[in-house]
Amino acid sequence: MSDQLIRLLTLQDTNTRIALLGASLLGMAAGTIGVFIVLRRRALMGDALAHASLPGVWLAFAVVGERDFLGLMTGAAIAGALGVLCVTFIRAQTRIKEDAAIGIVLSVFFAIGLCASRIVQTYGGGNSAGLDGFILGKAASMLWEDVAAIGVVAVVVLLSILALYKELSLLCFDREFAASQGWPVVLLDLYLMLLLVLCTVIGLPAVGVVLMAALLIIPPAAARFWTTRLATMLVLSAAIGLFAAAMGTAASSLDAHLSTGPTIVLAAATCFIISMLFAPRRGMVADVLRRKRLSRRVGMQNLLRTVYEHLEQTHDAGRAWTRTIFRIDDLLATRSWSAGQARRQISRARHEGLLLVVGDEYQLTSTGLEAASRVVRTHRLWELFLVEQAAIAPDHVDRDADQIEHVLPASIITSLEGRLMELGRLTRSGDVPSSPHRLGESAV
Amino acid sequence: MTNSSGAADHGPGSAPPAVEVHDVTIAYHRKPVLWDIDLLLPAGHLIGIVGPNGAGKTTLLKAILGLVPLASGRVEVFGRPLRSQRKRIGYVPQRETVDWDFPVSALDVVLMGRYGRLGWFRRPRQSDHRLSLDALNRVGMSDFADRQINQLSGGQQQRVFLARALAQDAELYFMDEPFAGVDAATESAIVEILKSMRRDGKTVIAVHHDLQTVADYFDRVVLLNMRVVAAGPTAEVFTRQRLQETYGGRLTLLEEAAEAVRLGRVT
Repeated sequence: MSDQLIRLLTLQDTNTRIALLGASLLGMAAGTIGVFIVLRRRALMGDALAHASLPGVWLAFAVVGERDFLGLMTGAAIAGALGVLCVTFIRAQTRIKEDAAIGIVLSVFFAIGLCASRIVQTYGGGNSAGLDGFILGKAASMLWEDVAAIGVVAVVVLLSILALYKELSLLCFDREFAASQGWPVVLLDLYLMLLLVLCTVIGLPAVGVVLMAALLIIPPAAARFWTTRLATMLVLSAAIGLFAAAMGTAASSLDAHLSTGPTIVLAAATCFIISMLFAPRRGMVADVLRRKRLSRRVGMQNLLRTVYEHLEQTHDAGRAWTRTIFRIDDLLATRSWSAGQARRQISRARHEGLLLVVGDEYQLTSTGLEAASRVVRTHRLWELFLVEQAAIAPDHVDRDADQIEHVLPASIITSLEGRLMELGRLTRSGDVPSSPHRLGESAV
Repeated sequence: MTNSSGAADHGPGSAPPAVEVHDVTIAYHRKPVLWDIDLLLPAGHLIGIVGPNGAGKTTLLKAILGLVPLASGRVEVFGRPLRSQRKRIGYVPQRETVDWDFPVSALDVVLMGRYGRLGWFRRPRQSDHRLSLDALNRVGMSDFADRQINQLSGGQQQRVFLARALAQDAELYFMDEPFAGVDAATESAIVEILKSMRRDGKTVIAVHHDLQTVADYFDRVVLLNMRVVAAGPTAEVFTRQRLQETYGGRLTLLEEAAEAVRLGRVT
């Protein structure tokens, strides 16, 4: 095993070198064209195309009589294109929807392919060794001429996308608008299909008909998590496709009985899962963290506002707000917090130096008072604005303001102040305006 | 019928109408959607296409744009076959027809308006970028140029679509429900832009569903319900009787009441 690993890592076997080069080129080409296939919502069509190409491989073999790459690929391309035509025909001429049509064509063509393989192997002449690899993929069985063909297709795909970047992106985003500008959208769609067919059939020896579609779909889907720009997505998807194909091929070369298709798909899936979880901004972990940060911020602001409003109503005229003592019950009277929630929030505020805690008595620090004033000011400005501008009854405002005040940027707060001063509801910028509605239960 | 009023605006020798539709019939799956449509839509007006759901308003727009096959009849734009006039046409499709999660920025979408003039293989140049930024500026969206389009609100997305059409720098614009699902601020911004387009001599043909604003927004209307019920200047054509004909029993009491108020103001 370790022997094998060393041979693999040092690329000693010609076979391994051919397989790795071929698979990498294939992964790159599939990752690139896959972006447009996925954006054009043709992903399942790619799957149908791949499965439908199997009978073509065997019929071509029966005709040619040997494992001639170009011959087999031509057969696969014709059968695959026929499958796509069948889907289009069924969708256009019957009441059957596209997903069902794809399911029917995909499985029927695949079944024909499996039966054809038995028939040709039993009654046909020639050496059909290696053709079974077309079902689940066998990169190790690739020859130099296979890699050359993959290289040609990869170049065609990359050049086409460079030349037609503008046309293809317009087609995928808004086909009708493209048509209204006079672009031949049917032709463009056909060309995209042609590139898909080319990419699919050259992938059959390495990845197999069953899993080829995954190499077209997973890299773009993974790339989408990292970017919101099409050009970046293309580069990333090509890189992920290349990486997954190379890794999968390397892994399968360690065990002679392991097909390449599954290992490539698992390598791609690993990239996908990592992207889905850890991509900045669009990934799930980033999303959870963002939500958690927001809910902490909202919780802190609500605490500060509750304290402020409590002190506003109860403090002695002569005593500074920072010297006024309050207890947890004072806060619970106006908020639907449990005592536990309130304590957690208070201990967080204490860590941030906003509150002083002495036993079960609390005081605002001067930083805390400053922060609380800022929070209350934003809240009331927003409330006032809603009342003035949208003519909402004052007692309906609080809840909406609660939702939005926590995300208001400073520029909007400044313009709110400006508007309210114009309206005479605010005397000085930076002041905390009085609440436009009666404060909660604690109001005396 | 009322086509004659459209034709009357154009004596022989004057500029050709923006759109001429002759005997057009359109069928989906052998079921006709539009019957024998004859229309003359003069240039330089804001023209509303109004009718109940399923009346074929969008289909008519797409037929004029050559996006659906005609079962019979023909369409001319500025007196010529549509094919030769593509560069003089701008289009705002319904907002829901595209995937707003597509990985492009607002500016990228507006730049697509320039693609028709650029032709095959040529990339947008500096001048195209400038025109597109101007268009975004006109719809009040220049601050959002680099924003990914799924971060825009519905109204902002509609403005981006309008900016894309403005970037087409066309003479004749087709808009499919440009006010659908937008906020009040966006609606009035779009109306202002439409009116300034008319001042610049442009023609706008828009599918519209809100009967209450028809008379405010459009100086001509086409009342449609699988056939042309009436077409002409709003003041002449947008009458209670014609609306009854167009909507049949479907004109609800509420709309009728609103209509009564509206008509009191118009005529």
